Amino acid sequence: MSGMTMEQRLALNKYEVDTEAHIRLKPDVCLQCQVRSCLYVCPAECFKEREGRISFSHEGCLECGSCYISCGPEAIEWSYPRAHFGISYEYG
Amino acid sequence: MKESFDAVVVGAGPAGCATAYSLARAGLEVLLVERGKSAGAKSMTGGVLYGPVLANLIPDSWKEAPLERRVTRHAVSLLSEKTSLSIDFNSAGLDQSLRDGYTVLRARFDRWFADKVEQAGGVVITGVRVDDLLWDGPRVAGIVAGGDRIPAGVVIAADGVNSVLAKKAGLAPRLTPENVNQGVKEIIRLPPEFIEQRFNVSADGGAAVHFLGFCTGGVHGGGFLYTNRDSLSLGVVVQLQALIDNKLRSVDFMEGFKAHPAVKELIKDGTTVEYSAHLVPAGGLAMVPRLYADGLLLAGDAAALVLATGRALEGLNFALASGMAAAETVKRAREKGDFSQQTLSQYAQLLSESFVLQDLKTFRRSPELLENRRLYSVYPELACRLAEKVFAVDGQAKKTVWQLAREEMKGRVSMWTLLRDALAARRSV
Repeated sequence: MSGMTMEQRLALNKYEVDTEAHIRLKPDVCLQCQVRSCLYVCPAECFKEREGRISFSHEGCLECGSCYISCGPEAIEWSYPRAHFGISYEYG
Repeated sequence: MKESFDAVVVGAGPAGCATAYSLARAGLEVLLVERGKSAGAKSMTGGVLYGPVLANLIPDSWKEAPLERRVTRHAVSLLSEKTSLSIDFNSAGLDQSLRDGYTVLRARFDRWFADKVEQAGGVVITGVRVDDLLWDGPRVAGIVAGGDRIPAGVVIAADGVNSVLAKKAGLAPRLTPENVNQGVKEIIRLPPEFIEQRFNVSADGGAAVHFLGFCTGGVHGGGFLYTNRDSLSLGVVVQLQALIDNKLRSVDFMEGFKAHPAVKELIKDGTTVEYSAHLVPAGGLAMVPRLYADGLLLAGDAAALVLATGRALEGLNFALASGMAAAETVKRAREKGDFSQQTLSQYAQLLSESFVLQDLKTFRRSPELLENRRLYSVYPELACRLAEKVFAVDGQAKKTVWQLAREEMKGRVSMWTLLRDALAARRSV
């Protein structure tokens, strides 16, 4: 039962995915960052590095807040998803 | 819905439900607003609910609440890469006592609690995100949610660690990667009889095991394993700064933890059914913000009321107790017809008379002492290696435990450092 991928983990959860993202990156601020802690702290691996840029997808977000607290240059505009959207835990 | 309320409580976790329940029982017009589809849908905990606080509020709660298992085994396990050394306290032979604590699953627990609020006469609305505070000059006068303005005599922000309302009011604890821990957890379904055999517990008994060492790769954090009725809660809690500094992911620790010999056989044949993550305020007393303003009180995680010691993280009972103190304060304020910060300051007074602020005071140096990386690397490793030597019979002449300990310490930690750490730990355990 070990060796689950992140996709497999997140597929266990119930989400209502919004069409618009509740978290936004400020690209110019983000590009200047060398640390890129978002790549490590996001427990759902929503942040990915592609060709030197960070991209973010909100679909698997667990709404924990780790990304904005860890973002040194404060490039993340963070909020909870709109009403009815996002994760719904069945166990919690 | 009514046009105005005596009190609006934001967040239907244990802090918010305890506040709203107490107020509704006292006959106040109270509204409880929750952003999850149902109460508990956005909640996550380890988790064990410790102590008699819930029973003080709802005397029969231990019979009617969806509590999973009474914790009759408390264990602490130090992990090296391949071995473990544990202390295991079994209290099953003692009379049923609320001091033991119960394992809980928050999606179930919070929903039950919110139903209790409704039964007590409170108005509960779910699936509504509160976007802002409603202001009357410098005074908080209600909330703004989904474009609606809902006036209230007082607002209780119980909206969790990332409290939006505390921020709007300028009262939020400053969350930094140093004073916040990240918890990730898997719910692993397992038949009750497997749980009872593997953990040596009765049909309603349960185990709470805390791990230190290999489970977080030797960095600031720990692991946990709790038994629910027909599932296990397995997870790790790691300081955010430790993840950043070491470029590590919590989920990678989870994989190693699940494969560790101390855990592997316990979760064998189980099915993972949920993966969750949440933050825990762990900065202790220094992190607790001002707890009130004109027309506003903060409760639970929104006020960083979590006790982080070398033993465990305790938040649920602190949330409940702070919610009850908030309700008591609001009742008195309403009698006076005065929700000014002067009257609401009684809240801080009540909390400092209860275990909530007393415990945070007693353990105020814990966060600093828990920064000592040796707690997560050198010491668990050393303890396991020593146990390995002590229990090995290899046909050679034996050495005393003391001799073996000195040999193992060589090159790892000096006697002076060990003594200094032991002395420092007096205040954090």
